[in-house]
Amino acid sequence: MLGLARRLRANGVLGINARNALYMLPHNPRRLYPLADDKLRTKEIAAKVGIKVPELYAVVASPGDVRSLHAALAGYQDFVVKPAHGSGGEGIIVVTGRAGDNYRLSDGTLMDHADMAFHVNNLLSGIYSLGGQADKALVEYRVRFDPVFDNIAYQGVPDVRIVVYFGYPVMAMVRLPTRASRGRANLHQGAIGAGVDIATGTTLMAVLKTGIVADHPDTGHPVSGICVPYWQALLDIAARSWELTGLAYQGVDIVLDRDLGPLVLELNARPGLAIQIANRAGLRRRLELVDKARGDGTAAPTAAERVAFAKARFAAVGA
Amino acid sequence: MRSRHVFGLAAALALIGVALFLYKVVAVGLPLKRDKMTDLWEVEVAFGFNARGRPVRLTFPVPPGAPGFTIVNQNFVSRGYGVSTADALDGNRRAVLSIRKAEGRQSLYYGFAVLRGPTVVAAKAEGPPEAVAPKLSEPERIAAEAIQLAAVAQSADATTFVVQVLKHLAEHRPMRSVVALLGDRPTALKKINAAAKIAALAGLPVRTVHGISLGLDRTHARFDHWLEVHDGKQWLSFLPDASGPGLPDDKLAWWRGPSPFTEISGGDQPHVTITVSKSRNPTLQVVRTLGEQAKAPLLTWSLFSLPLQTQIVFRLLLTVPVGVFLLVIMRNVVGVKTFGTFMPVLIALSFRETQLVWGIALFTVVVSGGLLVRLYLEQLKLLLVPRLAAVLIVVILLMAALSILSHKLDITSGLSVALFPMVIMTMTIERMSITWDELGGGEAIREGIGSLLVAVLCYLAMSPPAVEHLLFAFPELLLIVLAATVLLGRYSGYRLAELARFRVLGGRNT
Repeated sequence: MLGLARRLRANGVLGINARNALYMLPHNPRRLYPLADDKLRTKEIAAKVGIKVPELYAVVASPGDVRSLHAALAGYQDFVVKPAHGSGGEGIIVVTGRAGDNYRLSDGTLMDHADMAFHVNNLLSGIYSLGGQADKALVEYRVRFDPVFDNIAYQGVPDVRIVVYFGYPVMAMVRLPTRASRGRANLHQGAIGAGVDIATGTTLMAVLKTGIVADHPDTGHPVSGICVPYWQALLDIAARSWELTGLAYQGVDIVLDRDLGPLVLELNARPGLAIQIANRAGLRRRLELVDKARGDGTAAPTAAERVAFAKARFAAVGA
Repeated sequence: MRSRHVFGLAAALALIGVALFLYKVVAVGLPLKRDKMTDLWEVEVAFGFNARGRPVRLTFPVPPGAPGFTIVNQNFVSRGYGVSTADALDGNRRAVLSIRKAEGRQSLYYGFAVLRGPTVVAAKAEGPPEAVAPKLSEPERIAAEAIQLAAVAQSADATTFVVQVLKHLAEHRPMRSVVALLGDRPTALKKINAAAKIAALAGLPVRTVHGISLGLDRTHARFDHWLEVHDGKQWLSFLPDASGPGLPDDKLAWWRGPSPFTEISGGDQPHVTITVSKSRNPTLQVVRTLGEQAKAPLLTWSLFSLPLQTQIVFRLLLTVPVGVFLLVIMRNVVGVKTFGTFMPVLIALSFRETQLVWGIALFTVVVSGGLLVRLYLEQLKLLLVPRLAAVLIVVILLMAALSILSHKLDITSGLSVALFPMVIMTMTIERMSITWDELGGGEAIREGIGSLLVAVLCYLAMSPPAVEHLLFAFPELLLIVLAATVLLGRYSGYRLAELARFRVLGGRNT
């Protein structure tokens, strides 16, 4: 057991305790967390620095607004309703169209106004938010997914998660929904995560729970060897996300829209560690390389320089 | 920098904790085990005499206490008499009982308790006293000098000299000079007085000591007499049996010098009866009584000074950090997932009231029942807060039903489901429901089992009476727990669960 721990350490694998004690506690001030946890604020600050996000149609902040929601959405054929403080993709409703007075959902079922009002009311009461605090509902642009992941995603929302440390993109993966994850892209709900080579943007093997898989469990297609489009742009967004929140260690979740290109879906102040399994590489080694490159932090390289550094140093080994 | 601060803090806390703990164990004598017993001797002296209708003044010495002995609970039963104690000229401390007028049979009592404790009475630093030339009549002097001569010839130094003197005096067929000195019927007191005179004649600082034996219960204890000779550094004790310097540790010195035990005016010479009875008392209680008498701040300001009701609360409360520490280890070193941060410790506390096996059964049944209800209510699409409230109501009904059932089935422990476990279990179900909502059923069940496991471990660590006593008597041990917790706060190694999780990354080539 100690031998295993020593080998993990030698491979630079990051554990939760080390993540919290060495990276999050010293570098992520708690007061900045709301910038990542509240999707509404994330959207606002992202728009300010010109990082593209799904367009916001409406915000429902109080139960009184629910009644006027229907009227406010009259102009939109399709949209997504999601909680501002949601986690794990819970409470998200994707409306793909309308059928008379009803909303048509992504799984083909219909939802009437009363059902929608009930759902939004539940959402406002905090049913999907961390710790159950009162929440807001966001209504936003429905992303048309880039077809690149069609073969290796089972319904739902594939996205690209990039872990960023002091503005350096250190590790990335594509999170692919499965039947088990019910269309959600969260690994602990059963989605798979395919590592992405930082240097080239091609997918590697994937992690399912704690094991490694080569093919998508539902579609059977191999997950590796797919080139993520807009890779350079994705890295650039990731690098700039540091200036967005000031959180030195964070995860950026980006979706690829068929027409609009990469859109930042959300930021994550506590990105998980399974990404290491997907990439078969330790995060800690890369974080230490960044620490060494930064020195005392006075150099302040530009985003482009940081991306160049990451591409040079964090290329996948033996992919 | 930061690490050094943490280590420094932890070291300081641990040091203070250990130092206080050791001091209280070694110097104050607080027992490590609650049921440790200490021997206690009750000594009672009864004085009976006839008063003559005049002012009566009775004095007698009170024992001074000695290294290894502590005198506690001195009391006088003497109706109508004024009581005072004063240092007498001969160095003894004497009690004075006095009354203006008394007639007829008088019964006065003086009692105290002695315990052989670690409480050290500081021995008074004494320089070697002057040897005082004894007052002897001429025939006595001749006899004494004869014995002295014989003893000097057979000895090498002061110690062996005294032993030889005592040997001569104790002889079955004594020398003629011994008979001349002691008379036909020598008593132990006479022998010791004679020995003191001979030693004084030889120029040794010497004094007689009178005391009692604390061995067995005695209804008519007698005074023992022995000799103390100063060898230039300290007083050495010599028993009349000439066994050499040293005193059995059951001898309690009462007073010193030639003065008699009682001195009375206005009455007959009192008849004195001394009763010694031995009892075993809980060390804890004895030490506390002593500490309160001595006004020792560590005891008067301890948890023992609190009202009993509050003490009971703290007995429980002080074990909580042990459970919390265990929880920190289980979460941050082992990597067990639990509800909330401290829920398992609270569950462990509720097990104390229900007992372990019954508690686990109850926990499992009630929590599963609550979750079934939750599952059903989910279909009704209730809003969050009313749904949780509905679950709690059903849980309480469920507990009531279980209690009635167990009562009817004569399972007595079911009745011990008190308010506290109920509250804890409803809180658990609430936490579990929220987890179920946020992270799914598998995660909720995993955390539920983790919580139960940690709760059982916490219960096992917190509930032994020994643990409870240790923490209550030595709350400073919590400083050590705090130090360890602070250190764990900087633990950045892998959790055991992570070793399994990242197993695939443990290869040599990655």
